[in-house]
Amino acid sequence: MPLQPLLPASALAANMADLKPPLRPQEAHVEASRCLYCFDAPCIMACPTGIDIPTFIKKIASGNPVGAARTILTANILGASCARVCPTAVLCEGACVLDDRDQQPIQIGRLQRYATDYIEARKISVLAPAPNQTGRKIAVIGAGPAGLGCAAELARLGHTVTVFEKQKQAGGLNTYGIAYYKMKPELSLAEVELVKSLGVEIRTGVRVGRDMKVAQLEKDFDAIFVGVGLGSGQRLRIPGEELPEVVDALDYITRIHTDPLDTIPTGRRVAVVGCGNTAIDAATQARRLGADTVSVIYRRNEGDMSAYDFEYELAKNDGAQFVFRAIPLEVLGTAGHVTGLRCARTRVGADGKVEIVPNTEFIEPCDLVLKAVGQEKQAKLLRDIFPSLSVDARGVIAADPLTGQTSIPHIFTGGDCANGGREVVNAVGEGKKAAHGIHVFLTKETAAHPVQPSRLGAQTGASGSGLLNPIRVRELEQALTTVPFLSGSPFAKK
Amino acid sequence: MADLSTNLAGIKSPNPFWVASGPPANTGYQAHRAFDAGWGGVVWKTIGDPIVNVASRYSALNHGPHRMIGFNNIELISDRSPETNFKEIAEVKKRWPKHAVIASLMVDTRERWHEFVKRSADAGADGIELNYGCPHGMCERGMGSAVGQQPAVAEKITSWVMEAATIPVIVKLTPNITDVTAAARAARRAGANAISLINTINSITNVNLDTFVPEPTVAGRSSHGGYCGPSVKPIALNMVQSCAADPEVGLPISGIGGIATWRDAAEFIALGSTSVQVCTAIMHHGFRIVEDMTDGLNAYLDSKGFASVHDLIGRAVPSLQKWETLDLHFRRVARIDYDRCIGCNLCYIACEDGAHQCIDLKTPEEIGVGLGPGRVPHKTLPQIREADCVGCNLCSLVCPVDDCITMTELKTGDAPMSWGSYQEKLAKGEMQPLPPHP
Repeated sequence: MPLQPLLPASALAANMADLKPPLRPQEAHVEASRCLYCFDAPCIMACPTGIDIPTFIKKIASGNPVGAARTILTANILGASCARVCPTAVLCEGACVLDDRDQQPIQIGRLQRYATDYIEARKISVLAPAPNQTGRKIAVIGAGPAGLGCAAELARLGHTVTVFEKQKQAGGLNTYGIAYYKMKPELSLAEVELVKSLGVEIRTGVRVGRDMKVAQLEKDFDAIFVGVGLGSGQRLRIPGEELPEVVDALDYITRIHTDPLDTIPTGRRVAVVGCGNTAIDAATQARRLGADTVSVIYRRNEGDMSAYDFEYELAKNDGAQFVFRAIPLEVLGTAGHVTGLRCARTRVGADGKVEIVPNTEFIEPCDLVLKAVGQEKQAKLLRDIFPSLSVDARGVIAADPLTGQTSIPHIFTGGDCANGGREVVNAVGEGKKAAHGIHVFLTKETAAHPVQPSRLGAQTGASGSGLLNPIRVRELEQALTTVPFLSGSPFAKK
Repeated sequence: MADLSTNLAGIKSPNPFWVASGPPANTGYQAHRAFDAGWGGVVWKTIGDPIVNVASRYSALNHGPHRMIGFNNIELISDRSPETNFKEIAEVKKRWPKHAVIASLMVDTRERWHEFVKRSADAGADGIELNYGCPHGMCERGMGSAVGQQPAVAEKITSWVMEAATIPVIVKLTPNITDVTAAARAARRAGANAISLINTINSITNVNLDTFVPEPTVAGRSSHGGYCGPSVKPIALNMVQSCAADPEVGLPISGIGGIATWRDAAEFIALGSTSVQVCTAIMHHGFRIVEDMTDGLNAYLDSKGFASVHDLIGRAVPSLQKWETLDLHFRRVARIDYDRCIGCNLCYIACEDGAHQCIDLKTPEEIGVGLGPGRVPHKTLPQIREADCVGCNLCSLVCPVDDCITMTELKTGDAPMSWGSYQEKLAKGEMQPLPPHP
């Protein structure tokens, strides 16, 4: 049977409301007052864009939310969306020193939202366009977080930037692919306007290689930033995948962002295949759109999933069931519509690979299958538009991690197409680093690095700031397991 | 259980905690509630010729999320008639014969003082407190702090009071004076039985940056108010100790100024107070706070083996001496317990920018403390250069973790040498001048 929307608009509005509501002014003040205002703070080091977190929190505590927003957006042009979508527990909040004092870390994400909401609600402009223009022109391919991060930083360095985006709207995954209860697409579009206000031109609905020839780009621009992200979702490659109720999880999430919620058809019994953060987003949103049951099917075990713990907890609290060590073999259908998934149990073989356990087949009844088994790399697209660009074995663009410079000197990159798929904040940070790489490439001058005031005077200089040398809690934990610290470690001082 | 009962110049109370003269001591109703809650005494809101008050009257200094760390008021003395006040004092005394009720008074002429002193005794008050301290409103009319700021005037008026007094007289001192002991000595010379201090401090708590009128605001204007609350405690302790240590004062003291807990009270008592008076903390939290004050003071006295609160009075007074008597050879340095350090580096920046540049930032590997909570690779931590540390305490004061930075005494082996003895030795040619700090 074709799927129908399940819940009225009022129920959907409640279900899809912000997971973390905004802080009220007094809450923000009290929370900001808890911050110790660390010097050389670990939260800064844990932020891939190097936001001077203690400074912006101090400004909130002092009653200067406009200045707080300026501090945030100076370091991270997408500070408003990162405030909502960053996995803060494994970034800034995971590095908060209060964790080592047996206290709750400062709610940095929610405070960041407080400051950025404050100026957005009042339409206060905190960033000014560059005072002087260099006359250099840069093309940015892709208006996602990496492209916008790069474009904004280049514009602030005085360069002329044009962004080409194939979609109708700019923002990339921030506009189309974030769980609805974390962030609404309007916010992403407001950030796009912020980037435009710095003088950046954004041309949407333009596919480079088709609507705009690369030769023309090479002729019109002095440098190019490639921030094309990842491609469409990977296929399951099993029979029945062509049935209409077998949907890519990202497409499903995109639809939530583009259509009224009460027009989105949803299954009563939903099966999600895969166990990354997108799978969790899909499972949670399916429940919130009214599905009676949601089963997340994963071929490995609980401890192997790539989803963050807090995302897993969210899905479990929303009533999602997890079926571990199972793999779908076939999508079953009746009269052209999905009725179930034929699955089998798996185990890890002697070679470490997942193998099917014979005679363990079972049928998971469902009427909607959401595929979340990873996104395709953009290898083909990249080959088509830049045939000589080096792409590594993983299918991502090979680039200098500090400058984003690729094997073609005037082409720079960052974001998912260069890192294989990480957080929004990583993409912004990489876009920003590439902007500095481009600036040096074009002007032979080093732009003043956004050194955190709190780092001045520290003998280690600015090298530990999150922008240049991001430290994530997961990486820190890994390093801690290799005590004693050795000079060969990735954290060794350069 | 230690004996908490106190006797201040003949005024007896079951414990040293008195409600200070102010808004919480305005009526018989409040006095009943205070004694019900466990207070040992009530100093009535100052009785005089009835005044007229304004709205608004109070303002506060907040710090971060903490409300009222300081408090200011422009309220005057009692706005009720003397008849009503003395009648209620009599009623309260009747119901609470073992509790202290002290009449606070403020009038102008000798005759009026005589009259009010007599009416206080007739009402059954256990004592009288002379309000020479109120720094707002009344001083413009030649009363309150206008008296307290001129020891000769205070002495004269106190002598008028003593002519008529049949119950103990406490003189309440203003802190708005260069040397509080001058006023205390005047009280002694006039024959007063005790002193109480401090009254409130001249203050402006804050300015409204939209209207440019300070708080509290009365129809677009404000007026200097009297400051009190937790933030005035250090000023009050200093003045209490000064009076307690002055042999020419030699009077029992009722300590006042920012007292909110048993610990505050114990400090006032250790610096020479026999009783303590509380107002702002009651205005903030109500009379109920006295339960922990008595309970906590009791537990403290028991833990020290003191049988009575009187054993604590003045214990800390002698240890406060002139700076020139302090030992120049005493050395202490800061030491960091890296198992407690969370790596906030507040000690570093405080020492670097605010003190003597004796702390370096180094990685855990450089310090050699290994990794662990708060000690992550490439993340700097503070390391103290002991040779340069002047032992100022600043790092240990800003450290947010208890017992993380400890000030540790270093045995130098040098005999103690005060500034005084240093000057003597220099004069006698027994030693060379100490080299100046680089």
